[in-house]
Parts: sequence; structure tokens; C-alpha cells
Amino acid sequence: MTATAPSKTKTMTMVAAINDALALALERDPAVHIFGEDVGVMGGVFRATDGLQTRFGAERVFDTPLAEAGIVGMGVGMGLAGLKPVAEIQFAGFLYPALDQILSHLGRYRHRTRSRYHLPMVVRAPYGGGVHTPEQHADSPEAILAHTPGVKVVIPSTPADAKGLLLAAIEDPDPVFFFEAIKLYRSVKEEVPEGYYTVPLGKARVVTEGDDVTVICYGGMVEVAQKAAEAARAHGIGVEVIDLRTLVPLDTDTILASVQKTGRVVIVTEAPRTGGFHSEISATVAEEAIEFLRSPIVRVTGFDAPYPPFTSIEDVYRPNPVRVARAIRQVMAY
Amino acid sequence: MSQPQTTPPDPLTAGAAAYEDAQGEMFQTLAPDGSVIRPEALPDVPTRLHLYRQMRRVRHFDERAWVLYRTGRMGVFPPYGGMEASQVGTAAALTHDDWLFPTYRDTGAALAYGLPIPQTLAYWRTSPHGWAMPQDLKILPFYIPIATQYPHAVGAALAERRRGTANVAMAYIGDGGSSEGDFHEALNFAGALDAPCVFILQNNGWAISVPTRTQTRATNLSRRADGYGIPGVRVDGNDVLATYHVTAEAVRRARAGEGPTLIETVTYRIKPHTLADDPSRYRTDADNLGWDAKDPVTRLRAHLLAEGHLTEEEDTALTREIEAEFEAALAVADAFPEPTPAEIVDHVFAEPTPQLRRQRAQLLAEEQA
Repeated sequence: MTATAPSKTKTMTMVAAINDALALALERDPAVHIFGEDVGVMGGVFRATDGLQTRFGAERVFDTPLAEAGIVGMGVGMGLAGLKPVAEIQFAGFLYPALDQILSHLGRYRHRTRSRYHLPMVVRAPYGGGVHTPEQHADSPEAILAHTPGVKVVIPSTPADAKGLLLAAIEDPDPVFFFEAIKLYRSVKEEVPEGYYTVPLGKARVVTEGDDVTVICYGGMVEVAQKAAEAARAHGIGVEVIDLRTLVPLDTDTILASVQKTGRVVIVTEAPRTGGFHSEISATVAEEAIEFLRSPIVRVTGFDAPYPPFTSIEDVYRPNPVRVARAIRQVMAY
Repeated sequence: MSQPQTTPPDPLTAGAAAYEDAQGEMFQTLAPDGSVIRPEALPDVPTRLHLYRQMRRVRHFDERAWVLYRTGRMGVFPPYGGMEASQVGTAAALTHDDWLFPTYRDTGAALAYGLPIPQTLAYWRTSPHGWAMPQDLKILPFYIPIATQYPHAVGAALAERRRGTANVAMAYIGDGGSSEGDFHEALNFAGALDAPCVFILQNNGWAISVPTRTQTRATNLSRRADGYGIPGVRVDGNDVLATYHVTAEAVRRARAGEGPTLIETVTYRIKPHTLADDPSRYRTDADNLGWDAKDPVTRLRAHLLAEGHLTEEEDTALTREIEAEFEAALAVADAFPEPTPAEIVDHVFAEPTPQLRRQRAQLLAEEQA
């Protein structure tokens, strides 16, 4: 949290904090424009943009045709021409039509014009499961974005972080993907500072401290890891939970400092297993800190299968506190 | 089928409805022999001479590119020779406050817009100097992915409107590119959001080896505008006075807040897809029949000579001037230093991530080892 963080707070859900951040950004910078499907009149399918069109007008907050490549591609042009586009993709599982724009263009402008142009664009998208959404609505495609050079990837896990990180993302001169865990939109409330503040990109948060096991996670998995950590603490195991907050830039210093202290690592994401960002964290730990490890690194992840649209087994796919606790016991028993 | 008309409808006000003719009726000012068809649509003489000079400049670049490529002084280059009227007439309708989104085939348009020759050469020689776009131009490096530049033009145009300027954005595409989803999304966005865009669709008959008749069942690509509620204009893409007239009107409309226009320039890719391509694998000389006679440069030259706006001596002097300009630019381009390995990781973010800093240090260490 920056030193300018105001002292007054208000109880907010994550979606309310996001709405607050968007309103503050629109207020502060006339270049900020918010657009996407249903973001204007309706205020977004999750109400993240609720009331913004009424307050700031249909030029600053506007509905677009239903076409993701068009939304991201148009945003690219707006950003090149001096605006600050903040696009909403309705669900992360629907960003695939825009992947060409994202992979071909989003992260390349500074590089391909040798800094003559840069792209101060933000793309927001709800992601992840745990709320029994229909098919295709619960994907976690963050690794695709983290693997795309020139794009930053931010995934908050608390209302206060969501607000500060989103304002930092909008301030950032480069493109930022901002994934919002659907599960956390309304399930968590906390005291959120009023007014404008930023949480810097690239700084992980140590959620709970512990000496025995490091659990690395982000977004929707942070509360899962916290529950598992509480259960482990009841058995006398000290779990250090690290919320990465941003995958790009990645705060390896915080990860490695914790690993050097605990010597045991569990990484938790709800994304498919092969080639997920959990694999990148695992490789980084193996390269940089293998001599500190007292057990193999364990990844708790989704499966190499599409996220199941079957309510009765969805929670088997998505890591839960029991699975994470099992992984903690596994690294302790090695 | 349209009836023969004594006064042809004005395509700019009648919109796509003026182009009912699947036989390919299109807007022309000059016949292939240079004789005037539509005197009312001709720009003034200085403009005609300017367009001629630009066509000669960009043709010279295209011809020299062949030679440089064969002698190893040029990378892979997509030639546009024969399409000069389509590129020059459209780009010349812009000012440097307007945006230009060119594809890899549009080196001619970029040069006519004002991209300096040394930088243009640098681009096709894969030197970073060819990507460092001049500060005083609103042009992007040539687009390699097909059709992705179309939505960018919509965004840039919309941004200009939001910022209260009268500047417009122009983007190019080919007949093949108009099959891509981004083309259709962009046209729809531009119409729905009233973006001051000019969309140039250069129908040059070929997408590498695929002819337009295989690409689509549509025979008049300007009609694609109908689906998005915007005007579509079909113009002889080898008639530079016609492409200029039609584009200038589309630009005027966009500036005045009257929305986007799609312009199909009917032209032909006489040359290979790139200098590495062998067209004999997919087409014969018969396919190209008649296109040499429609050459855009000789057409305007014939007109200017016949009307007394140009003399043979002036034309010869122009040739010498263009050659000298190119050779001087080539010398400048030859002097651009090669990039260093560390430049691989430069210009990714305003503030390099710790990961990028480490990778840069690694590259430097390897360089000095």
C-alpha cells in the first residue's frame, strides 16, 4: 500500500472496490475510457461498472458490439492514439476470440516501434470457478497471458488489493491484464481505504507467516490456501501463505526469501496442470533455491481437462482446502 | 444488372446502391489510354503532378528493391508494382495528423504518406531503425498478421473523435484479408460507434496463390459495407485520379462526422507475393492478361503529356531526381548500425521487470565473453 493511502475506510466487497477504483480513475484522468459488452447501461454482468455510465456519460463508458477481437483491437488503437482504454471481457473464457489481438499486438507496441508508441491499456476479465457457472465461464487462462511478452498480469485476492492494484494497472504505461476471481466478487468483505491509492505491481503479499511450509498462490486460491494453513496450524505446522498478486512482474525475491526460510513449497492454482503458471514458479524455485529444499515441490492444480460444467464434481477439479492440506502434509512427511 | 445510364450515379452520395453491377462497374476518371472519362472528378493540375511524382517515387522503390534483394542488400520484400495508383491515391488524401495502418504490401502507401525512404529500407532489411516510427507521423510499422490492423484503426479514429480533433484513421487490407473476422468486426464497430475511418480494400486478385474467385463468392467486395450500414465505394485501383477523388471524399466525410467508408480499389498484383515467391506454380501469363495495359503510371503519364501538363524533358528530369533521392537514402540506410544482442530485451516495458533486467545482464555478459 502506498504512503498516500487514506486513513478512512469503508466495508466493501471486491466488486464494489473494483467499481470504486474505476470511478476514481475516470474522475482523475479524462483519457480513461471504459468499454465492453454490457458495461454501459447495464453496468456489467457482475455490476463492476454499475452507475459509471450515468455518472461519466456514454462517451467515457460505453457498450460495444458483441465481438471480443473488436473490443481488444479497438482498444489497441485507442491506446495508441492517446486514450487510456480499460476494456472488459465478460468472462476470461470468452477472451479467446481476442487472442490474436492479444498475442499479435497487445504486448508488442513498445517493442515494435522502439518506444515511439506504447500501449497504456487495461483488459479486465472475471476468471475462475467455484460458483457453478455454465460451461466455458470458469477458465483460468492467466498462463497464456503471462507467457505473452510485454503484457503484465495482475490477479487480486482481496477488495483492498483489487482497488489499489487496479488503479496501479490503469496508471501503468504498458498493457495490463487484470483477472478478477468470480468466486471472490461478493464472498469477501473487508475494510477498504476510501479515496485514491495504488498497490504497486510486482510486490507479493505475505498473507500469513510461518516457518515450515511456503504455500504460493494468487486470486481465488488465496482463501483456499488460508483455510488449509489454518488447519495445518492446528497440527502445529507453520504455513507461510504468499499471495503473488501479480504474475508479471513476478516478485521472486519474496518467494525465494520464504523458500530459504521454510525449505518446503506447495503451489496452488485452479488452472490446468500442464504448462500452468505454477510450473513457472516451480522451475524458478528449482533453479534459484534447490539447495534450500527439504522436499520436492508440490503443485496443487486443476486437471489437464476442460473445467467441468458439472456442478456435482466441479469442486473436485478446483483445488479445495482438503487437497491443499494434503499437499502440506506430503511435503512435511518427506 | 444496371441499365446503361446517361449520367452515372455519384458513388459518394449514392453509396453502395450505385454499384449494382456485378460486371464490376466502378468509378473511373481516366481510361487506360489516359483519356478523360470524368472531367468533373479530376483534381487540380498541381495535385495531378504531385500524384504522378509520388507514383514514380514508389515505383522506383519497388524496382530497386528487386535489385537489392538479388544482391543480398534487402530482406524478403512484398512487391506492389502495378498497384501504385491504389496506394498513392489513397494515402495522398491524408495529412500527417491522420493515422495510417499499412499492411506489408503497402510500402508504396507508407512512402506516399511520408515515411522516409531510409527508414522504409531499414524495415525491409530488418533493422530496428525501420520500426522506430518518426515522431511527426502517425504511421505504424507494416502489419504482418492479416486484418488485425482494422480494429486498431477504429480505435485510433474513435480516440481522435473523443479528443475533439477532426483527424481520421485509414487502414489497408487485401481481398484475402477481407475474409478475416477482424475485418468484419472493425467495419461493424466503426459503423456502430461512428468512427472516422477510411477502410481501403485493395482487391488485387490474389492472396498468395488463391484467386479472389476462390477466396469468396462475392464479386463486388465494396458491397461488404452494406452489411454494416456504411457506404461502400468501388473504384478503378489503377486510376490514381479516381482513387484520390474517392478517398478524398471519404476523408472529408469522416472529418465532418459522417462516419466510415469502405473503398474497394480494383487492381492487380502483377508481381509475386514476395520476392521469394514463384507465381508460375499457381497462375499463367493468361491470368495476368490485360493488366499491363492498365498500368497506373503510364496511364497518368499519357494524360499529363496529352494535356500539356508534363513534357518529356520534365519527365526525364523527374527520373533523375527520383534516382538521386533513392541513392542518397540508400546511403543513409547503409550507415544504420546493426542492433546489439541486448536490444532484444529493450523496449518491452517502460520499466523493465526484474526478469528482463537479469536477461539483459546475461546477454551483455555473453556479448563480452
